[in-house]
Amino acid sequence: MFSFCTDPSILPDWQWFACLFTNATHLQFYRAFGVVLVLLAITAPVALGMGLMGALALRSRIWPVSWLGRGYVNIVRGVPDIVFFLFVPIALGQGIEWVMHQIQCPDWDQPIRQGNDFIVCREARIPPPNSPVWMRDAYAFAMAVVAYALVFGAFAANTLHGAMQAVPKAQIETAEAYGMTRAQAFRRIILPQMWVYALPGLSNIWQILIKATPLLFLLGIQDIVYWANFLGGEKTSLFTFPHPDWRMWYFLGLLVFYLLLTWVSERAFARLGDRLSRGQATAAGERIRKGAAP
Amino acid sequence: MKKTTLAALAVLFGASGALAQDVVRMGSEGAYPPYNFISDATGELDGFERELGDELCLRAGLTCEWVINDWDTIIPNLVAGNFDTIMAGMSITEARMEVITFSDNYLLPEPSAFVALPETDVSVLESGVLAAQSNTIQASHIADGSADLLEFSTPNEGISAVRNGEVDALLADKAFLAPFVADSGGALVFLGEDVLIGGGIGIGLRQSDTDLRDTFNAAIAEMKDDGSLNEMIARWFGEDHPQF
Repeated sequence: MFSFCTDPSILPDWQWFACLFTNATHLQFYRAFGVVLVLLAITAPVALGMGLMGALALRSRIWPVSWLGRGYVNIVRGVPDIVFFLFVPIALGQGIEWVMHQIQCPDWDQPIRQGNDFIVCREARIPPPNSPVWMRDAYAFAMAVVAYALVFGAFAANTLHGAMQAVPKAQIETAEAYGMTRAQAFRRIILPQMWVYALPGLSNIWQILIKATPLLFLLGIQDIVYWANFLGGEKTSLFTFPHPDWRMWYFLGLLVFYLLLTWVSERAFARLGDRLSRGQATAAGERIRKGAAP
Repeated sequence: MKKTTLAALAVLFGASGALAQDVVRMGSEGAYPPYNFISDATGELDGFERELGDELCLRAGLTCEWVINDWDTIIPNLVAGNFDTIMAGMSITEARMEVITFSDNYLLPEPSAFVALPETDVSVLESGVLAAQSNTIQASHIADGSADLLEFSTPNEGISAVRNGEVDALLADKAFLAPFVADSGGALVFLGEDVLIGGGIGIGLRQSDTDLRDTFNAAIAEMKDDGSLNEMIARWFGEDHPQF
């Protein structure tokens, strides 16, 4: 990075640190912060979508749909996250490859499972052989988003389902008295009003999602905790920048990052809560109506 | 239109059947210097196995790319097809041979050693708490003995555990430990006798990939014959390291 970094072993301290903090592995460390933030930004809406579908399934009057919803929510909530993170990428990946194999190579005569190995024809490999590295990274990232969305969607489904039940019954009866169908009443009365009840639960799920990002390493994505552990670990003179065990300082940095993220989201959720409470038949809505400080 | 899209996809993925050779994806841990580690100067995988692997691919006419994977899940990911080989200081053992296959060894069986704080009594090797990296030959060696085993997912964490007294000693490949002991200025010492375990280190492959194994075996044999493998071993591990 800097011109004086050619031989760090002879540098004074401040330059040595300047070189260390701008070396190739540290740049990858900084990039991992971006990866985590992008993952959060993509996963949160996808998980919310999964949750909305799950909640709709839960309240469906068609029993196979409601059973599907209940099965999804209860199985995913009951199984440790870590099991899902190990299971989803391998099972889903092999499932996709199996389907592709049936489509692309109907004439294939060898078994797909050979002992421990899972072998599909060349055309069915996902990502395809010889894909550039960025495509493999994108595939791993997409798998991660699916795994996180599956797990956190189940929690969101239960929260949203509860929030839908919390909308005052009298309002729905009024809607029906005006001649709205069940679907119309849902769209016009329940959906816009349920968020204020769902918000505390959703903010919990968001915080847990933030804390769950170090599981990314299980999915083959090197996240910030992996890098902090790696960079902080003792480096012998085999490395360009030898140093003793500095993991405590690196983890301290992560602590600050996570607390900052929590603080920012706390504020965002507080503002969102005020906004959603406006005009609601809740205590917070009443306070706003009376003009008191929200 | 559909045809053009398909053709474009084929070009994009390089998936046309005419292409002879697929890229061989080489899995490694990147946390076991000098076997394999991530260079802090380039940010890329470096070490003996990186240099050897690149040389073997060159000789065999293969295009190779490296993938970093956590040690504990490196065999499941190989079997699942996420990469095609393992070069991560992995010893050839019977237990591993049940799940994967190995090329001929590119390193001879080499000594493992205990590292401890100075003035640690040798009796801890029988009755103390000993550390090793999980899923290694060293871990099963300790488990077979009378001392208690504490496993760590990376060998670096084992070193820290020795330094802060969490364990009495750490068992690992001597070539890995030597730089730590040399750099420590007496704060870390070797303890007791070296132990010879494992059947040498080879390239881990899927059991169905016999062609790839034969290709690598031929390249390894060639490097053993012309002495270039010995030269590489001496350069990375020192002249005293067992040679072919």
